[in-house]
Amino acid sequence: MNDMKSMSDNTPSSPERRRFISAATVTAAGVTLAPGVMLIDVAHGRPEEQAASSAVRWGMLVDATKCASGCDECVSACSTENGWTPVAESAHPKQAPQWIRKLELQDPLTQAETNLPMMCQHCEEPPCVDVCPTGASFKRADGIVLVNRHTCIGCRYCMMACPYKARSLVHEPLNDTQKPDVPRGIGCVESCTFCVQKVDRGDGTTACVEACTASGHNALVFGDMNDPESEISKRLRELPTKQVRADLNLNLGVRYHGI
Amino acid sequence: MAGKIKRLLALGAVVLTTAALAWAGSDDQPKASGAPKPVITKAVKGEQCVEPNDFMRRNHMKVLLHHRDETVLEGIRTKKYSLKECINCHASEKTGSVAASKDDFCVSCHSYAAVKIDCFDCHSTKPQGSMAMHPLNAETAHYAHKLAAQANSKISAEEMAGIAQ
Repeated sequence: MNDMKSMSDNTPSSPERRRFISAATVTAAGVTLAPGVMLIDVAHGRPEEQAASSAVRWGMLVDATKCASGCDECVSACSTENGWTPVAESAHPKQAPQWIRKLELQDPLTQAETNLPMMCQHCEEPPCVDVCPTGASFKRADGIVLVNRHTCIGCRYCMMACPYKARSLVHEPLNDTQKPDVPRGIGCVESCTFCVQKVDRGDGTTACVEACTASGHNALVFGDMNDPESEISKRLRELPTKQVRADLNLNLGVRYHGI
Repeated sequence: MAGKIKRLLALGAVVLTTAALAWAGSDDQPKASGAPKPVITKAVKGEQCVEPNDFMRRNHMKVLLHHRDETVLEGIRTKKYSLKECINCHASEKTGSVAASKDDFCVSCHSYAAVKIDCFDCHSTKPQGSMAMHPLNAETAHYAHKLAAQANSKISAEEMAGIAQ
């Protein structure tokens, strides 16, 4: 355990620089194998007219040993990026939408404390998709589980089915406070989207991961679990990780170390 | 015989009523002024729309519907036919929105045509980013020439950004 590497050794680059780099990768990523045959590097930002590909599976690694007690940088970053009101500021906290939440667990026997963020686990076999009566709850080709708000009827069956309590219903009208990139609305169920707007833009990261790295905790890693060279794949090879409720055989996109 | 007379009378009544109606219709009565015509403001960008105006007026809902499914289900976020791009161009200079006041681009026509839209139950009616705060943002760069005018505007930067809750 002592030779465990730190989760992220590289210093965070500025968003401008990252955007520039990802734009450069997009143009440089198309490698011609033969005339008319292109190998496109999908993991690092795909061309905007190209659909999400099943060659990629987005995933997240949470190192609970580095997740700090009392820190909720990931939660507030998510709220800012996606435009949901923080639960503490909500008029109705018990029913306020919550895409990610911090859990502090204590072993009653040893008093050992564990901190971790809990959100949509982006299952490969999502129960929310199985139960949805309209097909609104769906899994995108790249493994991101989403709600199509155009077809969601707000029945909340998916909220019942989710073993992780990851989904919320928007109970209140939002009165045009939504972010242009993140449409949300009353009467629809919603949950963590792995910042799909950022992923599609080619950022290759999520708001919570950026915030965790910026705060110096480096407890979160986001990336393509299908790419053996990605940072998350390397970490997953090195660290023993667990899936929450692994007994359900859902093959989760979020893996935890140190729980 | 009595039946025949009754039938003739009924026919006569019908003919008279029709004639009366036709006469009333041809009369040059002052017509009710009707609903006020929609205000169609020129897009801020001031260039050509992605399709000719006539096509867009009839078919914008079809292209938006198609693009919406591609975006949500497959993650294809091309700019053409994107609702976000409509808003970026057509947001009113006064309200910074396409649906905040009755003269704003989307609402103006839709209230005239009495077609209810629910796009803005979920979608923001305001362009991405703040025109005032990030003039060099690629998404809003085409507003750069409007910035000087905005300096005198009564709308605060927060309102433009849509962050005032």
